[in-house]
Amino acid sequence: MTRVYISRDMASVALGSDAVAEAFARAGCEVVRTGSRGLFAIEPLVEVETAEGRIGYGPVGPDDVAAILDGSHGHRLGKVEALPFFAKQQRFTFARCGVADPLDIASYDWRGLKAARAMAPQAVVDAVKASGLRGRGGAGFPTGIKWQTVLATAADEKFIVCNADEGDSGTFADRMLMEGDPFCLIEGMAIAGHAVGAGHGYVYIRSEYPYAIDTMRRAIELAASKIAPFTLEVRVGAGAYVCGEETALLDSIEGKRGQVRAKPPLPAIQGLFGKPTVINNVLSLAAVPFILAEGADAYAAVGFGRSRGTMPVQIAGNVKNGGLFEIGFGITLGELVEEIGGGTASGRPVRAVQVGGPLGAYMPPSMFHLPFDYEAFAAAGGLIGHAGITVFDDSVDMARMARFAMEFCAVESCGKCTPCRIGSTRGVETIDRIIEARALPVAPAEAGAVMGPGGALASYGPGLRRGDGVEAALGSRSPLRLDRARDKDIGLLRDLCDTMKYGSLCALGGFTPYPVLSALDHFPEDFGGAPALHEAAE
Amino acid sequence: MSIEKEEAVEALVARLAAARKGERGALLPLLHDIQHELGRVDGAAVAAVAAELNLSRAEVHGVVSFYHDFRERPAGRHHVQYCRAESCQSRGGAVIEAALAERLRVAMGETRADGQVTLEPVYCLGLCAIGPNALVDGAPVARIDGTAAIERIAATVAA
Repeated sequence: MTRVYISRDMASVALGSDAVAEAFARAGCEVVRTGSRGLFAIEPLVEVETAEGRIGYGPVGPDDVAAILDGSHGHRLGKVEALPFFAKQQRFTFARCGVADPLDIASYDWRGLKAARAMAPQAVVDAVKASGLRGRGGAGFPTGIKWQTVLATAADEKFIVCNADEGDSGTFADRMLMEGDPFCLIEGMAIAGHAVGAGHGYVYIRSEYPYAIDTMRRAIELAASKIAPFTLEVRVGAGAYVCGEETALLDSIEGKRGQVRAKPPLPAIQGLFGKPTVINNVLSLAAVPFILAEGADAYAAVGFGRSRGTMPVQIAGNVKNGGLFEIGFGITLGELVEEIGGGTASGRPVRAVQVGGPLGAYMPPSMFHLPFDYEAFAAAGGLIGHAGITVFDDSVDMARMARFAMEFCAVESCGKCTPCRIGSTRGVETIDRIIEARALPVAPAEAGAVMGPGGALASYGPGLRRGDGVEAALGSRSPLRLDRARDKDIGLLRDLCDTMKYGSLCALGGFTPYPVLSALDHFPEDFGGAPALHEAAE
Repeated sequence: MSIEKEEAVEALVARLAAARKGERGALLPLLHDIQHELGRVDGAAVAAVAAELNLSRAEVHGVVSFYHDFRERPAGRHHVQYCRAESCQSRGGAVIEAALAERLRVAMGETRADGQVTLEPVYCLGLCAIGPNALVDGAPVARIDGTAAIERIAATVAA
């Protein structure tokens, strides 16, 4: 009987892998459902076990069974791991994802957990510190330091919480890992439990990920005896983006509104139910088994500057070869977008990429030389975040994207602090005025031209408010007067972003200015201004 | 709502709450259970949950209204959750959204008058390289990039 491997990752299923798997089962093959390898352009992917190894075919459909089994199918890829997209990767965390049956517990070795349990808790924390692992959820805080605080805090009870509320657009690594190698995350959490003295853990997964919820629940059941006395349970979110913020997530698990807590106290000292709590992202916890099994040095040997180890980068949006690309820090943004990603799917030029989800900066191709590194991105006014890269072609309207960022913040704000709750709504209104002003037929460059017909002025509509210089503009024939109102709105928007950035309680309000200001700085022409210099130079 | 219906909701909530007795932070899982059984978390359910968990109705209402997932009225017979986040936008999501809403004859965020379909926005399904994406009755659908894909969704919804 021929054995074939077909992904049952949510993305593969969305592209039709279930029907392909059924067709192979009907043809008498032994079908092993795996996670996804992570290159969606070749999904649905079928790998056929042969004497020379696993031979991939993709994308394929349910009618291709015969052609695949006799080897004549046109989409024969050969060995999948030899494809350039995979050969260039350094898969530490995602080594098993897409290769093995995610729920085949017999093939999972638990080497990291065994090594950890043979060590004193402090030695485990030291190993995580030595690895240089930093929080993969976005903030980049050293994981070992967090664990040290929890270990050092005496309490009758401690918790391990996994933040699997992966709400950022352009990110899907958490989902892929939970669906493709759930035992890796479970092992990481059990190691954390041993390291800090916690007996129970929660995996908080967003409700938009039904496949990950199902796989994690089944995997936890299967692994119960392997991780005992440590216990785990899955908690399901309910559609609130802000619950990805760690303190809001803790409140949500406690059964409350997902509102952000003021820090201090740190969750490491007073976290879930008031107890010391390790709260880490999926990718941080999933990196831990490798560190314990292979040694901290093996992990720290890869990387760039103070960013050690590998980052599972997610290449998304309007891109040809979208998918998951795990590699050591230091690769440039341009390599990821142009070489690995292959440019846009639409074939048009890349105009902007947003790195780090809805709260990340928009970057023009002139910044593609940046190395993937926490510090390098911060210095350039951006952030790596969860390492999702969303590619946009030249049809994107950056003022609209800035507006979307503000609107998203307004909808998802937990409401606790004023800059985020009110500021985001005022931000939407201000950008709306700018968008309407730029639609005026008289461009600032044509200063001195006669004011357009009455209709044009009417279209400025809601932008005309008392105090915006409306009276002056109405009584004037100079379009500059109206242009000045737009400049004033842009000044107001920058001021508002400043208030949100420094006055918000958490990253939702605090980082929403990143997409807004970066759009304004790098793409001023979309806001009715003159193009930025670097664009003109290109 | 009739008295009998309210009593039925109370009994259901009591049964579901009993199954979660002793669980810490049981409110959110319990609300998920109720919505799964009833298709909604309405005023009667809020009152019953408050009584079961010894919370005020205001506290329970505060939680129910905070989370987008909980609905006061049940969704239509078919549920289409269409992604509006950045990655899907970069692949033409807005144009497809308009076409899909027109084809399904329902505005975004609404349930069609005949109760056949609810169309709602969702912000990211984690399928960001193959958008625009949707969940149609819980099943993921990717590459909704033209008429053929929209027609397939329309056929599911018409069933």
